[in-house]
Amino acid sequence: MKNKEPLILAVVVFFTLATYYLVEPFAHSQMHKHFESEGFAYKDLPAITKTGDATRGKELVMGAGACTGCHAITSQGLQAPMDAVTSASAYGVNPPDLSNAGAVYDARFLNALIKNPAHALMVEHKFNPASGKTHPMPQFYGAGGDLDQEVADMVAYLESIAPKADKLTPTMAFETACGRCHAVHYEKWTQIGEKPAFKKKQDELAFETNVLNYQDSLAKYMGTLPPDLSIYIRSRGEHYIKTFVENPQQYLKGTAMPRVGVNAEAADKVIEYLEDSGDAKRHERESVGKNVMVYIVIFAIFALLWKREIWRDLH
Amino acid sequence: MAHFTKATSIKDWLNQRLAIEKVEKVMASEYWIPKNINFLWAMGMVLVITFTMLLVSGIFLLMYYQPNVNLAFDSVNYTIMREVDFGWLWRHVHGVAASVVFLIIYIHMFTAIYYGSYKKGREMIWISGMLLFVAFSAEAFSGYMLPWGQMSYWAGMVITNLFSGGSLHADGLVEWIRGDYVPAQAFLNRFFMLHVLLVPLAIIGLIGLHFGALRIPHVNNQDGEEIDFDEESKKYLAGDKAGSKVIRFANDFMSKDMLVVAIYLVFFFYLVFFHYDFAMDPVNFDPANGLKTPTHIYPEWYFLWSYEILRPFSTNIGLMAFAFAQVIFMLLPFLDRSPNTVPASRRGLFKYWFWAMLIDMIVLTAMGKVPPIEPFGTIGFYAALTFIGLWIALPIITMFEKKA
Repeated sequence: MKNKEPLILAVVVFFTLATYYLVEPFAHSQMHKHFESEGFAYKDLPAITKTGDATRGKELVMGAGACTGCHAITSQGLQAPMDAVTSASAYGVNPPDLSNAGAVYDARFLNALIKNPAHALMVEHKFNPASGKTHPMPQFYGAGGDLDQEVADMVAYLESIAPKADKLTPTMAFETACGRCHAVHYEKWTQIGEKPAFKKKQDELAFETNVLNYQDSLAKYMGTLPPDLSIYIRSRGEHYIKTFVENPQQYLKGTAMPRVGVNAEAADKVIEYLEDSGDAKRHERESVGKNVMVYIVIFAIFALLWKREIWRDLH
Repeated sequence: MAHFTKATSIKDWLNQRLAIEKVEKVMASEYWIPKNINFLWAMGMVLVITFTMLLVSGIFLLMYYQPNVNLAFDSVNYTIMREVDFGWLWRHVHGVAASVVFLIIYIHMFTAIYYGSYKKGREMIWISGMLLFVAFSAEAFSGYMLPWGQMSYWAGMVITNLFSGGSLHADGLVEWIRGDYVPAQAFLNRFFMLHVLLVPLAIIGLIGLHFGALRIPHVNNQDGEEIDFDEESKKYLAGDKAGSKVIRFANDFMSKDMLVVAIYLVFFFYLVFFHYDFAMDPVNFDPANGLKTPTHIYPEWYFLWSYEILRPFSTNIGLMAFAFAQVIFMLLPFLDRSPNTVPASRRGLFKYWFWAMLIDMIVLTAMGKVPPIEPFGTIGFYAALTFIGLWIALPIITMFEKKA
């Protein structure tokens, strides 16, 4: 009799794959909007026309630019004028420490941000003349010279003090880009910093009170408390997170979440941080996976040999 | 009392007390299986192996899981996935096996339908199998509640709501099932109990019944041949292994079972390590939030076809259609009026009925997941009508089937 098993197997595989295709790739393509990454190029923002000078930039950042009136630059020994909780109650969110800004944010984005924060951050639907609200970071109108040149100088300064790309850790990238709004409790991260181990319950409660106060200000500013990102890598996935961060409005029209303005390298670092939090055992999974596959293929070979041996007499 | 003599060996000692040689014969070496069966007959063994993996991985997960609405989510996603050595492995094995076991169950079911293995004395095999399907469905649903993610919560909400019976407004029944007005601590606790105790006990009992039901009518074969098992087994034992139409369960058929199991395990572990997302819905990685309904609520893939029979109709008609879909497979041996126990390919109109049913269920499955926008709403509606129509047509077309 003709062996029908290959045909039967083909039928089973065909219907299984058809069902898989329909309930996974096809259904998800119908349920979710899909956007391709723009490669963190920020093409909608004006191109940089001037070459910045870090020395002049330093004078502007410390002086006429008045950046340090709100921002810390701890790597240069400059502390923030107010602590995080007080800052948040004043501005809604703690202004970022600029130590790593030059490494985390794209230069084109920084240029546009200094000139017009609400535009670069894509939150003009929230901060506009009609709403009567202005973005807590004031626009920089220039220190008397060529505006484009002055801004380019300031960005050059921020880049000059920032760690080199290979020195930027996932934690640094995450804290600068996301950590002032999002907690990650699997990494003990809160919006006001990493939660230390406390010896005294009073100290722990005081810290938690600070976090709650900060979160209250933040929730008021954003409309809702931004979510904890502990396992966003599993619930949203790398593609969604990257394209969402690039342009939150395309997914969620009207969201208070600003465009973050990270460069492509920093985006990868942020993803790595989220993977360390939400998919911590991925390297172990891959290496164990390979070994199990090798083992099971060898098992299958033995099973085949055993079957042949037994069935030799049966045919 | 039986007469016991001084044992000559451990085997003899056991044999006098437990009749292990007899048991071995009954269960394995003289449990006769037809020779003309293909790899689809190994799905039973594949299911046994998958169920064992679910049981073992479940035991390990049970040691760290916390059935508490405040702790459940992190006990799974933090403690088991990050803190416990190889906790991630047990969880992925458990999650993938829970999904794949239904693929195998469906293959097993459609094999039985195709070859008519529910007829002429094999009705109890089919019925116990369908009871197992119900028990596995309850097990899958209760297990899905445990990580207490968004999809756990909202699936729990939607499915328990079905018990209000539409216009019957049996809200008291729904509250009784939930132990609360909404899914909360009492709900999680009882589904935890169902998942780790009551339903597994029922499954193990039903597996016993399912195996027992096979004994008297014997395993069917792929040619619809009526085999004289006594005659053929004598031939085998007399040495004519090649001429006999039957083989031993062990090691003869078992060696083939194991080959199929091995190939299946290659596929299974590939999914566990490299392609597990299909079995672990991303939405369920957001913690349960009763104030925030997810954009799309859908069951796991293996429930989609019956969900889609519910969805395209108005509430009351939908619930009736859903109830119909839940019980109708159970009645298959009685709705099929033809005496022919042969493959569907030799059964006239039933051949088309089989493939139409298979394709219709796949269409229902696909439409059950996508949002009910056009054209999906219409396709789902007609696929649901087709499902009901096919079952109504079954007794009629099989009544007029010629003797094969």
